Amino acid sequence: MSAAYPREVGAKEAEALHAQLDATWRTGTGFWDRLATVDHKIVGRRYIVTGFVFFVLAGILAVLMRLQLATPQSGLISADRYNQIFSMHGTTMMFLFAVPIMEAMGVYLVPLMCGTRNIAYPRLNAYSYWVYLFGGVMIWVAFLLNVGPETGWFSYVPLAGPEFSPGKRTDFWAQMITFTEVSALAVAAELIATILKQRAPGMTLARMPLFLWSILVTSVMILFAMPAVMLASSFLISDRLIGTHFYNPAEGGDPLLWQHLFWFFGHPEVYIIFVPALGMVSSIVATFAQRTIFAYPAMVMALIGNGLLAFGLWVHHMFATGLPRLGNSFYTSASMTIALPAGVQIFCWIATLWDGKPRFKAPLLFVLGFVVIFVLGGLTGVMLASVPLDLQLHDTYFVVAHFHYVLIGGAVFPLFGGFYYWFPKITGRMLSEKAGAWNFWLFFVGFNVAFFPMHILGLIGMPRRVYTYPAGLGWELWNRISTLGGLVIVVSVLIFIGNVTVSLRRGALAGDNPWDAATLEWATTSPPPSYNFAHIPVVTTREALWSEDRPVMEGLKSESREVLCTSVLDAEPDMRHASPKPSLWPLFTALATSAMFIGSIFHEWALVWGSLPIVVGLIGWLWPTTPPKRQLEAAT
Amino acid sequence: MKARVVGDVSMLPDGAFGSRTPIWWGLICFILIEGGGFALACGAYFFLMSHTEPWPPSRFPPDLPAGIAFTALLLLSEIPNVFTKRAEKAQDERATQLGLIAASFVGALLLAIRWFEFHSLNVRWDDNAYGSIVWALLFLHTVHLITDWADTVVLAVFTFTHEVDTNRFSDVADNSLYWHFVVIAWLPIYALIYWVPRLAG
Ligand code: HEM
Ligand SMILES: [Cu+2]
Repeated sequence: MSAAYPREVGAKEAEALHAQLDATWRTGTGFWDRLATVDHKIVGRRYIVTGFVFFVLAGILAVLMRLQLATPQSGLISADRYNQIFSMHGTTMMFLFAVPIMEAMGVYLVPLMCGTRNIAYPRLNAYSYWVYLFGGVMIWVAFLLNVGPETGWFSYVPLAGPEFSPGKRTDFWAQMITFTEVSALAVAAELIATILKQRAPGMTLARMPLFLWSILVTSVMILFAMPAVMLASSFLISDRLIGTHFYNPAEGGDPLLWQHLFWFFGHPEVYIIFVPALGMVSSIVATFAQRTIFAYPAMVMALIGNGLLAFGLWVHHMFATGLPRLGNSFYTSASMTIALPAGVQIFCWIATLWDGKPRFKAPLLFVLGFVVIFVLGGLTGVMLASVPLDLQLHDTYFVVAHFHYVLIGGAVFPLFGGFYYWFPKITGRMLSEKAGAWNFWLFFVGFNVAFFPMHILGLIGMPRRVYTYPAGLGWELWNRISTLGGLVIVVSVLIFIGNVTVSLRRGALAGDNPWDAATLEWATTSPPPSYNFAHIPVVTTREALWSEDRPVMEGLKSESREVLCTSVLDAEPDMRHASPKPSLWPLFTALATSAMFIGSIFHEWALVWGSLPIVVGLIGWLWPTTPPKRQLEAAT
Repeated sequence: MKARVVGDVSMLPDGAFGSRTPIWWGLICFILIEGGGFALACGAYFFLMSHTEPWPPSRFPPDLPAGIAFTALLLLSEIPNVFTKRAEKAQDERATQLGLIAASFVGALLLAIRWFEFHSLNVRWDDNAYGSIVWALLFLHTVHLITDWADTVVLAVFTFTHEVDTNRFSDVADNSLYWHFVVIAWLPIYALIYWVPRLAG
């Protein structure tokens, strides 16, 4: 084929190409086809929906806690049940909602934003989803059977050790960690490879949308942070099941080892949740200001700075453990420096909006809510970074208030903004703006009513993790107000669910690019076809879709699955790469993995026997697609 | 809008080696994850060591022969490994098969010696924290040993049953890279298990 370039694609040719690509890439509608799919959009959608279901479940637990605490000496929930409820709330929110849903947005959006046909290692992606789902189901079933975790989301030893948490509750918690971290690590590797190797020709690192940068930084953080918690929970479960002594001071172990390993993960964890949210905010701000982001290089540096600083700070969770003095001062100042990159970014967004023509649609409302709440959360964070104050407020409701300001303000608000922003792309229909405004204002007001009083409760001495409190301490009023705020949030989330349900059927049709955005996911139809793009888009500026010119490249096979690989820095076309077909092996391997993980809670040898089916699954999964030799010989 | 085609990628190769492929990047991620896990486990070793006097508490460090034999053979295993890697780069099918078979045998032998290492630690995992961390380090490394050995065996079988193309050669090359990691990761662990207790005690 020696066509002269540039050339235009005729309507007939385009139609034939679409038909061929569709036949190659489509996921069938049969039951087994659905289970075998490796389409990043379908897996991503499942991931997002599952993550949201866990958000709602953990939210229900939050409401139960608030109802219990609304009045002193309430008999609604017993102490033991309350322990499980706050542990499940924190665990579900952190491990089953926040991190997975951020990665899920990446799974859906990154390949589209890169202009490629599928994510790197699509089968691993399918596997990671199943492992995540089975892990989440396991812990919730355990909870409903009254063997849920009971020692909080960070499960400190010795409380979580064999002596004080007998039975299987904490073992389920520790294996939940294994499930979720395996899946998080797999997704991180996929996203890194996709971003580095499968960007559209011309999308140099300097032209990469900030969302891609944020996902790249997050994924690298995951690679470094998650092994720590896996190691910590493996030590914990082996202390509990086979009598090792990692955390047992009587035999030379040390509970502080748990705290170090856990917070080496746990502090970056907050940034793993927060950095993708920053990417969403940047996408939304640029689109709704209709202006390129102010000071792009500074934004990239700030994202990277966030990622690096996040690893230096874990010790600030341990001020109350009596570490050496000099260490404390060091971590105090380091904790305060992290305010810098956050400040830079907030400044750049405001500058972008200032200089642009902002359109105050629902996504932008959530972003503004984020800025306000996050700044407040940051202020209390800087307060807590000072050791004397932390010692005073440690384990009070002040801390509960602080981290909800940071987590809900810093992650949940941008995430909802992201839902409103990308819903049209994912479903082809717009969400209602009016319901969106109600959703936002009720959430914003309800949030502050629920959580601001907790600062006061903390200052006047209410400890966290108490299932009830006596009357007459002056805590009643603030607790009642807080519960009211929680109920307002419930209404707001119900409005969101209603909005989604109705809009799925009756929302206005979105078209390819309803917001007039600049990034490549908006260059294809809404929802995108199974192969994402008929031709590979070529990028010549940072805001690809704001230029008049929309060049593309051709030449990937259409009769088999192929993606284009480009060079890491400059995104020069380099090779064509076969992309795996659908397969049931990832599901099989995930089931085998789950059987091994759960089996090992009851018997340590399950670790050995359980790995055999996994090996079988992996061999089936990786079995080469080149023809066997015998067949070749017979053919000649 | 009509697509304006500015170039053709059909002339590009459909396979490559090393950092040009997504698989290689996946492997690097995997090595970073595993390497991070090892580094943290080593950190935990020192953390526990700083609390315990003497180290090891029993004053009996592990016996040396099995560990030395393992380390020597592991280093020697780089010979078939590098040989295989060269053969893959040259896309020489016979030599690749030979190299993979040799590597499989060496791997099996290493696993056999590993069995004796576990028996020469002079401590059980449930004796004390020293025993726990020593077993953990050896266990972690063994898991990697088994993983890469299984991968090698399966790849060796593939080269006999299936047509070998660039992508298969590239898989084998990545397998060699991972083996380098298994070898390099062993050296600090070897020092921690066998030598630090001797020098500290
Ligand atoms: C949406 C409304 C929410 C409400 C009303 C709420 C309420 C609460 C309450 C009352 C506690 C304190 C339990 C106690 O100390 O006794 C708590 C703890 C916690 N919440 Fe939330 N929460 C909400 C959302 C979230 C979200 C979105 C996240 C994370 C992304 C989150 C993460 C946590 C964590 C990690 C804990 C600590 C659990 C522990 O002590 O182990 N919460 N929440
Ligand atoms: Cu922190």
